[in-house]
Amino acid sequence: MASKKVDLRRFPGFLPLTYLCLFLLYAPLVIVMIYSFNDSASITRWDSLSLRWYHDVFFGVEAPKFRAATINSITIALMAATSATIVAIMAATAMLRSGRFRGKSASFALINLPLMVPEIVTAVATLIFFSAIGFTAGYLTIVLAHIVFCIPFAYLPIAARMQGIEDVYEQAAQDLYATRFQAFRLVLLPLMTPGILSGFLLAFIISLDDFIITNFVKGAGIETLPTAIYGAVRQGIKPNIMAISTLLLVVSVVFVALSYFVGRMGEKNNDETSTKGDLI
Amino acid sequence: MADQNNIAVDIRNVTKMYGAFSALEKVNLDIRDNEFFTLLGPSGCGKTTLLRTIAGFEDITQGEIVLYGQNIANLLPNERPVNTVFQQYALFPHMNVTQNVMFGLLRLGQDKTSAKFRVAEVLELVQLTKFADRMPNQLSGGQQQRVALARALAPSPKVLLLDEPLSALDLKLRQAVRLELQQIQHQTGITFVFVTHDQEEALTMSDRIAVIKGGQVQQVGSAQEVYEAPKNKFVADFIGETNLLDVRVTDLHDGKGSCILPGGVQITCPAADGAHPGPGHLSVRPERIAITSPNEGLVQGKVKRHIYLGTDMHVEVTLMDSETVTVRMQNSSQIQIPEAGQTIGLEFEADAARLLVD
Repeated sequence: MASKKVDLRRFPGFLPLTYLCLFLLYAPLVIVMIYSFNDSASITRWDSLSLRWYHDVFFGVEAPKFRAATINSITIALMAATSATIVAIMAATAMLRSGRFRGKSASFALINLPLMVPEIVTAVATLIFFSAIGFTAGYLTIVLAHIVFCIPFAYLPIAARMQGIEDVYEQAAQDLYATRFQAFRLVLLPLMTPGILSGFLLAFIISLDDFIITNFVKGAGIETLPTAIYGAVRQGIKPNIMAISTLLLVVSVVFVALSYFVGRMGEKNNDETSTKGDLI
Repeated sequence: MADQNNIAVDIRNVTKMYGAFSALEKVNLDIRDNEFFTLLGPSGCGKTTLLRTIAGFEDITQGEIVLYGQNIANLLPNERPVNTVFQQYALFPHMNVTQNVMFGLLRLGQDKTSAKFRVAEVLELVQLTKFADRMPNQLSGGQQQRVALARALAPSPKVLLLDEPLSALDLKLRQAVRLELQQIQHQTGITFVFVTHDQEEALTMSDRIAVIKGGQVQQVGSAQEVYEAPKNKFVADFIGETNLLDVRVTDLHDGKGSCILPGGVQITCPAADGAHPGPGHLSVRPERIAITSPNEGLVQGKVKRHIYLGTDMHVEVTLMDSETVTVRMQNSSQIQIPEAGQTIGLEFEADAARLLVD
């Protein structure tokens, strides 16, 4: 447990403030989720419990549009997450396993900077970049943009995992006649698997959820799920949007939770290996 | 050299610098074929660095490392026919015992069938046959240590490097594993290079010991040689316990020296190389000193206190020049322990003492 030096509960008003923050953060989400099960066509007046709008999402008038957007979103997220994960593995290997090299801390900053840059700036810059080199906005531009901004998200769990793996394992592999690449492939990579999966899942969900950058770089006629929802909302909010948002929310929560738990997988076992008792 | 063929590892003038700090300074060592050789020294003395330069994990700044006639100083770790038992074992956590032990064999290009045969052989040697399918985290520390040993022995390395492999085990287990390691070394005939900071471990296991301090080799010799004929003050003090008396050296000839003890008695005793006339140190082991009546013996002193150690009794005696000397007596029913404050004489054979250099 944490040390007892500062007990937050003793601060006056701490508890009400906590509840206020939680309420402001989650009440809108909860309301959307509740109203997605509303039978009424109104978005504010509660009628009765029903799955009508979920049915509408899958089989209603707008269903083909959302289906196409979902397929785009998922294929783009798969490609972006896969590519970003590969780049992130290489970046982490260079940062954590190549000893010291010039520009190391600069590289670290450069990899993680996109997390700090306002997304709108990245979006505008990416758009300008694509038009400058003469790329037509379309499916491909979305994929490329997503790969780039997913890299830091994939990098963080992967690097965290790699940092936790002592390099003595690779030394042991090399000592047992493995080349550096064999040591990487047969020892480091398997030990990194949870981190890699975690990074991939995180990158996947970041890509799936992205709106701002996608909206800037997508071509006419191509929609991802977030831009399709945005487009639909502009013509007035219908309850089917609440259903679709709820679905997206559930997918996001599942993926983020998976990413977290997968990332921690095996860590406990490793600890036990090094501290287990000495009974023979 | 006549015994060139006899040398397993020839370390020639090896220097290792970390920036301006030299971890190893012009180290020269001959490690003989089929020998249990120990690098002994306090932590930070460079013994592990030396081991890692032989394994290939550290580059050397200068010098040569010759393994059975071949200079390996510029080879990658995987190109050197040596294997290491790491201090933390470094067993691959995602592989079971068999896969761990087989790893090196497969990398050397052995086919799976013969590799399996060899794994069974080595696991038998370390008595782990029953655990072949276990994962490392399902094993105790002692078992993990054996797997690490088996894994390093499986490819039949020309030299086995052991980096404080017993330090993570508890005392009882450590003592059992010592004997076992020695036995395995005899059975396999592989040259062992063993790193430890534990002088008892070094004395009981080694054919020869290199005592290292500050990146320099202080002395190389058998356990008996380094214990009974230490070259300098550091070696005498680091290996076992000793009393260092301040004496005045008057004369040196043929490896013997005459010196005047505190209190004025003159004796002639063995002297280390480099001893010179003037102020010097005389080393006498506590177990070689006997207590006699006052005004007998070589030096006089007053009993300060005694410390009961089970099998032994340590008697601390303050000499007239206020130095403290420890005398070790074996406990028995006949033992007569002088009271604290009592004046006594101390006696030792001149051959049991040794004049040392700093």
